[in-house]
Amino acid sequence: MLQMRGITKRFPGVLASDNVNFDVRAGEVHTLLGENGAGKSTLMKILYGLYQQDEGEILLHGEPVRLNSPADAISHGVGMIHQHFMLVPTLTVAENVALGLQSGRAPFSDLKNVSKRITELSRSFGLHVFPDEYVWQLSVGERQRVEIIKALYRDASILILDEPTAVLTPSEVDDIFVIFKRLAADGRGLVFISHKLKEVLELSDRITVLRHGRVTGDTTPAQSDRHDLARLMVGREVKLAPDAHAVQPGEPLLVIENLFVDGDRGKHAVQGLSLEVRSGEILGIAGISGNGQRELAEAIAGLRPSQSGKITLAGHDTTRCKPRQIREKGLSYVPEERMKDGAVGEFDIKENIILLNHDKEPFCSKGFLQFGTIAEHSRKLVKAYAVKTPSIDTTTKNLSGGNIQKVIMARELSAGPKVLLASQPTRGVDIGAAEYIHERIARQREKGTASIVISEDLDEVMALSDRIAVMFDGRIMGIIPRKEATRESIGLLMTGEQQHGAKQRA
Amino acid sequence: MVDSFAVLIIVSTIASGIRLATPFLLASLGEALGQRSGVLNLGVDGVMLIGAFGAYYTVLQTNNPYLGLLVGIGVGVIMGVFYGFITLYLQAEQGVSGIGIYLFGLGMSDLLFQKFVGTPRPILPFMPLHFPVLSDLPVVGEMLFQHSIIVYIAFGLVPVMGFILKHTTYGLNIRAIGENPEAADSLGVSVTATRYSAIIIGNSLAGLAGAALAIELGIFQQNLTNAMGFIAIALVYFGAWSPKGVMIGSLVFGLVQAIVLQCKTFGVIPRSASDLAAMAPAIITILALVVVAKRFKQPSALTKPYVRGS
Repeated sequence: MLQMRGITKRFPGVLASDNVNFDVRAGEVHTLLGENGAGKSTLMKILYGLYQQDEGEILLHGEPVRLNSPADAISHGVGMIHQHFMLVPTLTVAENVALGLQSGRAPFSDLKNVSKRITELSRSFGLHVFPDEYVWQLSVGERQRVEIIKALYRDASILILDEPTAVLTPSEVDDIFVIFKRLAADGRGLVFISHKLKEVLELSDRITVLRHGRVTGDTTPAQSDRHDLARLMVGREVKLAPDAHAVQPGEPLLVIENLFVDGDRGKHAVQGLSLEVRSGEILGIAGISGNGQRELAEAIAGLRPSQSGKITLAGHDTTRCKPRQIREKGLSYVPEERMKDGAVGEFDIKENIILLNHDKEPFCSKGFLQFGTIAEHSRKLVKAYAVKTPSIDTTTKNLSGGNIQKVIMARELSAGPKVLLASQPTRGVDIGAAEYIHERIARQREKGTASIVISEDLDEVMALSDRIAVMFDGRIMGIIPRKEATRESIGLLMTGEQQHGAKQRA
Repeated sequence: MVDSFAVLIIVSTIASGIRLATPFLLASLGEALGQRSGVLNLGVDGVMLIGAFGAYYTVLQTNNPYLGLLVGIGVGVIMGVFYGFITLYLQAEQGVSGIGIYLFGLGMSDLLFQKFVGTPRPILPFMPLHFPVLSDLPVVGEMLFQHSIIVYIAFGLVPVMGFILKHTTYGLNIRAIGENPEAADSLGVSVTATRYSAIIIGNSLAGLAGAALAIELGIFQQNLTNAMGFIAIALVYFGAWSPKGVMIGSLVFGLVQAIVLQCKTFGVIPRSASDLAAMAPAIITILALVVVAKRFKQPSALTKPYVRGS
């Protein structure tokens, strides 16, 4: 029903899409797999009318079409479920659906009929969407189903699903996959954009792999496995999990006892949390974001006051210490928002690399920065951490997410931490850089570092950790050794259900 | 007899409060509409000033106050086209360009006045309307039914605007664009066109407010509005971006002003303190803002220019 032939799109300096052929048949799920910047979004933005191709043609239902705006795409039956939901939280579900539609009673809105139709659609596809609820009241999973309703309401025969599982829990993913399969069975064509190999293999009928704007593979789940797909994506062999050099854990370096931390809205975000991380081990903290992980990380780093409880870092009570004092006791912190809290985008790389030590010898002498020493140190780290950059004088924000994260890792790990706290270390980072970052974190075991990795990405937590703690509603629901952990057992804890037999180990 | 005198004073104070509230109401309704669509316009006062001069000069020449109101609206439309071009097409910073509009209006209105009029001459003010039966009612008649047409236009706009925002496609577009313009764009609603229309309507109401003020007072002078446009912006926050809230804010403000005036007339406040007393409305507004406005959330996209794909 859809054919895209020879699509080429150039941006200044980049060939975002290079002679790409892509097609979708009715009733199938066709996956577009690729790293960030591989050209998946560019291709889909062309299909959704947000960009126009420089060369090539698009055929919908056999007719060549020109899509100049989302409105054009919608009228040709193309619907898109955006990764960042395109919903207005202050409006009701019905109002969100009605937005942009020709009203039957123009100029007045016609919410009554819209609501009726929403209820019908919701019932026939099992979406459980209710027209009169306000969007801000809905969970992430529910919001996504509102997006689906929006597309269905507009009679979308081709649905573009842009990383739809990125924000969902494992059980929500299972539910949404059932819905996707139902939509395909209804005769619609689905384009599934993802970089999660496991999900791609589970849902797809066909898979097209993109790299650097070019198609590097056409395959099906039956003909390939995760390693094949990763190779096509990255262009070389990729280790999907770092080699585990299990180290006998030593003494506890980070001990948290009965910690309470307030969130931004006043109520406790962390509620009576206790845990312990030992030298040479990695503790992964899994959980859906918004369950107190950010507040916990900020409390450990001293960026957010703790209401009660105790944090002991390398034998010192750091509960009330300032961030600087905590770092001097041996904490390295890789924050969740790398451009906000991790690095100064306007600074060049060498400035970001010495950011913590810019007032200390040898980088600073009697109040003057020692540029020779700084440059030498930076060059060494840029090389050691394989940061891809033209020079150490490059403005940091011009690097890719993965390379910025490598700069931050270089700074934090070169401090020789006793405790490493890494929050979402590979979010928005391409597979190649993620592999490298994982390798680095894993190697901290041998140096006797106690590491905490907070991540929403369950695969990441399972690949890296020695033990996995699951956070829900500000508490640790359970801590499971990696060998005993399954996606199902962790997924269950993520939704707040206490698992039988999961011991609450501090 | 004392009682009936007191009633008389209260009635006339309320009546003048309603009259004084009118320009604030018009201007802040317009500003509220613009802000709901995500555009802040700090230039209200400047638009009001030019609108006031346009109306004053028209009435001076034609002796037709209704034509004056139309000219006020027309001036607002022109200023709206101008402001929309600056903020939507040139993507200028809204805070600063609004201040620019204000200074432009302040200077331009005075320049035109000096050039074309020079010495202030009074113009024909509005005649109060007379409704059969209603206007002759005791108490209520004087309070509510002996105002000029502009008062009824202003207060009539409150439910009209409430209805448009809540029950029309246009209103839905405005509310959506003020919160999440990307969502609206992705569904084919033109962010620029919708914001442009809201800016033009908002500015025309500001022009109308200026016209109403000049005609009501029957005079024009330099800086006639004396920062009323800024108060109107404050009232939008006070009224939590709803037409009804804006109306309540304007009424409170008008009444406090009327009370201060009344007190001055009767010598309750000594003449030497009258300048201080003139600050009362502003102080009360600030206090009310601090207490009230914090509880409401402003449109998420307010002051943020929309660029597709950014």
